[in-house]
Amino acid sequence: MSEPRVLIVDDHQLFRAGVRSELDPLVEVVGEASGVDEAVRAIHELGPEVVLLDVHMPDGGGVEVIRRVAAEVEHPPRFLALSVSDAAEDVIAVIRAGARGYVTKNISGDELADAVRRVEGGDAVFSPRLAGFVLDAFAGPAPQPESELDALTPREREVLQHIARGYMYKEIALRLDISPKTVEAHVSSALRKLQLSSRHELTRWAADRGLGL
Amino acid sequence: MSAVAPNAPQHLRRDREQGWLGGVCAGIARRYGIDLWLVRFAFVVATAAGGIGLVLYPLLWLLIPAGDAPASAPRRAPRGRAAIEVALGTGLLLLSVLLTFRALGIWFSDALAWPLVLVASGGALIWRQSLGSREPEATAVGSTPPRPSRPAPATAPLTPTPAPATDEAGLRGRIAAALDELRHEEGRRAALAVSRTGIGIALVIAAGLVFLQATGALSAARDVLLSVLVAVVVLGVIFAPWIVRLVRSLTSERAERIRSQERAEVAAHLHDSVLQTLAMVQRRAGDPQEVAAIARRQERELRAWLAGRPAPGAAARLAPALEAAATDVEERYGVPVEVVVVGDRDLDPSVEAMVAAAREAMTNAAKFGGGSTVDVYAESSDGRTQVFVRDRGPGFDPKQLPSDRRGVRESIVGRMERHGGRATITSSADAGTEVELVLEARP
Repeated sequence: MSEPRVLIVDDHQLFRAGVRSELDPLVEVVGEASGVDEAVRAIHELGPEVVLLDVHMPDGGGVEVIRRVAAEVEHPPRFLALSVSDAAEDVIAVIRAGARGYVTKNISGDELADAVRRVEGGDAVFSPRLAGFVLDAFAGPAPQPESELDALTPREREVLQHIARGYMYKEIALRLDISPKTVEAHVSSALRKLQLSSRHELTRWAADRGLGL
Repeated sequence: MSAVAPNAPQHLRRDREQGWLGGVCAGIARRYGIDLWLVRFAFVVATAAGGIGLVLYPLLWLLIPAGDAPASAPRRAPRGRAAIEVALGTGLLLLSVLLTFRALGIWFSDALAWPLVLVASGGALIWRQSLGSREPEATAVGSTPPRPSRPAPATAPLTPTPAPATDEAGLRGRIAAALDELRHEEGRRAALAVSRTGIGIALVIAAGLVFLQATGALSAARDVLLSVLVAVVVLGVIFAPWIVRLVRSLTSERAERIRSQERAEVAAHLHDSVLQTLAMVQRRAGDPQEVAAIARRQERELRAWLAGRPAPGAAARLAPALEAAATDVEERYGVPVEVVVVGDRDLDPSVEAMVAAAREAMTNAAKFGGGSTVDVYAESSDGRTQVFVRDRGPGFDPKQLPSDRRGVRESIVGRMERHGGRATITSSADAGTEVELVLEARP
């Protein structure tokens, strides 16, 4: 199996160089882009499988890239948000726009490469911070009438709490006595709810980011 | 606390929370899962049918021990009122029995009936008082003693260097105030108990007098009464010093406990701040500038603490307080600390203690975690607050800590327990170390 082809999108040249040097021996980095227009063009031309996307950029940031690619590209790549430390609403907005996960910049090269492979394989990737954001977004009573999408199940909550505490999927599976596949299923289900739920908090954040979903 | 689940008790116990009189019916209903009203109805029927219920109820009351009140249940109505009600109830109950007998044609004489009623009421008051008096005592011991509030800094002198003597006096003042409060509380409780017991004794004595008067034996009894009085006075004189000593030793034991708690708190704080700084100074002895900076910072902190002010830059919410602690640990040890907080909350003294314990856990994780990222996760919902601090270091055995290592024992576990919370440490060689801090919701 060939390594996934990756595009790095970030407006800081130093940061791109740093990520590239860490990732290069582990996955195939096909290019870099420093802005929204450049990123959309690069996706057209290079056809990467995974795009590492900065949340905050001029001209709309990661959300704008995902929206334009979804409208223009037939087989859009998978997006993984990668950033230093952002406000919850920005991260949630990128996820709701379609990114398959969010990791913080202090992740190690090995872990990042692993996250890229998992996203490429269709899995969701949660960092402790994203797990915290999601738990926060789904805290409090669900709106009425209640939809299955508006609340996390106790098991999903438990899995996310473990991710927030810094446990890896394998460790969580061991602790909760379930298979790693089941952990993955819970995480994916939480991600799906985050993207599709019409919870007031989530729609408000989306509206603030001009998503209008 | 009782190990028995509140909804399925193993033994038959009177349930005084639910009951009207002694909780006999409620106890039976709970033990056997019968509806409470059915049990009560059965007793009423038994009473109507020849008065069996009337005899049975007091018997069961005496024989079945009282159960522990469920922890979550609110406290009963004030004991003073309850005791009087019980006395009245017992008197009336007995009166009704006697009247039933009278109606059935079995009647001793008025000389016996009325004194009996009085004796029953007074006796119930005294017994209830002396047998049940350990109950409020137990609650007082179980709950943490009133924490001395720190003196308001408003009256602090404006001079930049507060004299050490004032600070020490402040600490002593706090302890003295706490002791005063304790004595006051005990005095009030004792006075209440004495007055209730007094009423009971008066009732019983009155019953005796009425009986003697009615049977014409009062004059003969006068001599006996005198000798009894003399005996009581003699016994009182003999045992008074012993009783006084007992009361005093109890009070001083309390005071000692408060003092040692206060001392442990001070020791934990000094360990976190001054001892840590001294360790840092030793490690960075080659850099005079940095050592001076560390020392200055520690001095500011210590002064603020002695003056009873919050440390500079302290936040009033959990999330910023944890972030600040994490930043600080990151700066000191150069290890990344990742903080995730779900559901923020305001700080109060116990949450502040939790942050301090978490900070100590982060420090340990940074020092012994082998340079791995420290993950901090805090969640607060419905008044319950949890903080997890995790590293991926080599791990250690919490039981095999040398006893002079105050960090884990005092600054984390002891500190959480003193504030009504708990700390659990799990550690293994392949999964690192995780410290879990929990503050349950206040009822």
